Amino acid sequence: MITLQHYLVLSGLLFAIGLAGILTRRNILFLLLSIELMFNAANLLFVAYARMWQDVGGQVMVLFIITVAAAEVTVGLAIAILMSRQLRSLNADEAHALKW
Amino acid sequence: MAETIAFYLIAAVALGAALTVIMSRQPVYSVLCLLVTMFALAILFMMLGAYVVAALQILLYAGAVLVLFLFVLMLLNLSPEQLRRVGSFRWRWLGMLMAGLLGGQFARLLSRPAPALWTSGNPPPSGTVAELGRALFTTYLLPFELTSFLMLAAIIGAVTLARGLRKSD
Repeated sequence: MITLQHYLVLSGLLFAIGLAGILTRRNILFLLLSIELMFNAANLLFVAYARMWQDVGGQVMVLFIITVAAAEVTVGLAIAILMSRQLRSLNADEAHALKW
Repeated sequence: MAETIAFYLIAAVALGAALTVIMSRQPVYSVLCLLVTMFALAILFMMLGAYVVAALQILLYAGAVLVLFLFVLMLLNLSPEQLRRVGSFRWRWLGMLMAGLLGGQFARLLSRPAPALWTSGNPPPSGTVAELGRALFTTYLLPFELTSFLMLAAIIGAVTLARGLRKSD
């Protein structure tokens, strides 16, 4: 019997994997992909709780999260392209100057 | 019984693909593994009765966001030595340890028994287009309108960044 806890634990593990990606990788593309993983973990949590409370609100919230993730990824990838053009590198540690 | 097998199978696929996303050296493999994770999650959404969300997960994430990632990867055209130069964080073991601790705590806390609202006879909320649309345009009308502002801000941000690129080249 699959219960709410199964989905919650899966969501927590996915979130932890995304966090591990952010903490270990330095390539800005991998950072963005890890953020997407964490967004998806949150989505699973919302849908599981929507199922538990018999409320469609959690599913509506997932739509908002998907929109926010799309906006975030658009700007983030634009910044990644700018970084690779101007710094000749995708290393997030090398982008330490706010302006020059 | 079938639900249990399906859940464990799909959860294993999602977790394995997620691990490959963060372990892989090649960004293209990472993006494709993230695609696998999103499809697995879409199946889980369907098992939870969220049909519209599952469809949008595939349409928006797989169809738009990951294709955008692939476009950028092709545009950047990274060479292998360029990828190797970035490398990983020096204290990566510390990051892995911290994330492992967090994951263990999540698993421990979230697996505690919840109030017994979830029974097999409990019908899932109807995640149909009609139900979702009604909630979206009545209860959640203000956040819905605010997302359009967010999209506008993202478009302006992306265009501004692209214009700065042209000037500097």
